[in-house]
Amino acid sequence: MESRRDVFQAIADPTRRAILMLLAAQALTPGAIAENFDSSRQTISKHIQILIECELVKPKQNGREILYHINAKQMSEVANFIEPFRKLWDDRFNKLESIMKNYKSKK
Amino acid sequence: MEQKTKIHAEDGRQELRITREFDLPLELLFQAYSDAEIVEQWMGTNVLKLENKNHGSYRFETTDPKGNKHYFSGTYHTYVPDRKIVRTFEIENSPFEPQLEFLDFESLTPETSKLTIQMIYRSVELRDQMLKLPFSQGINMAHNQLEKIVKNLTKKP
Repeated sequence: MESRRDVFQAIADPTRRAILMLLAAQALTPGAIAENFDSSRQTISKHIQILIECELVKPKQNGREILYHINAKQMSEVANFIEPFRKLWDDRFNKLESIMKNYKSKK
Repeated sequence: MEQKTKIHAEDGRQELRITREFDLPLELLFQAYSDAEIVEQWMGTNVLKLENKNHGSYRFETTDPKGNKHYFSGTYHTYVPDRKIVRTFEIENSPFEPQLEFLDFESLTPETSKLTIQMIYRSVELRDQMLKLPFSQGINMAHNQLEKIVKNLTKKP
């Protein structure tokens, strides 16, 4: 099924939006990002992983460090206001499709 | 990744089009619209009435997380099984005026089918409002929470 994370769900989370805001100003290491939050480093690291999975953030090796950058291209796609409307219908139709596939096999 | 559901909404027009191809034979796709029990499952709604015929009408009821009930209804103008539905759609007790919907069902292969929905609104403004509804709901939620976070951040020494 759909393994890729839903971009809109990713940015609906307040911590992840705050991380994106930080990275919009400058590329940062995971440690520097975590310093801005009360949450544990592991929690922040999980949020960063989700942002990477939906390509909102890109890791880049910088010497021995990893710097996280914002992916401007993907961000502009998210800014497309039609996407949530499309997603709503896509979810409905995916459900329709799987219900009817089961229905067919039961017959 | 290819998107299965596509939205066509040109600027300045009072209509939009939704297209979707299904891995389902045409008859099963249409049944998802005609069988009340199945409609309930994929639309996540209670079906109060579903009269599958010309001049028939339908009415759905949903309950939001706060327990409020919402009603959606309309009338079938044309109902041709496995081919076409022309109907109105209205969110009851809302500021949004009804819309006209053309649903075209097509067979692509014996195992696949396609649905095209054309929705026509009273004005360009209304179409844009309806398009942005899911977006604003998502963003409002995110913004409220973001404000809280930023406030907490600035409180930190």
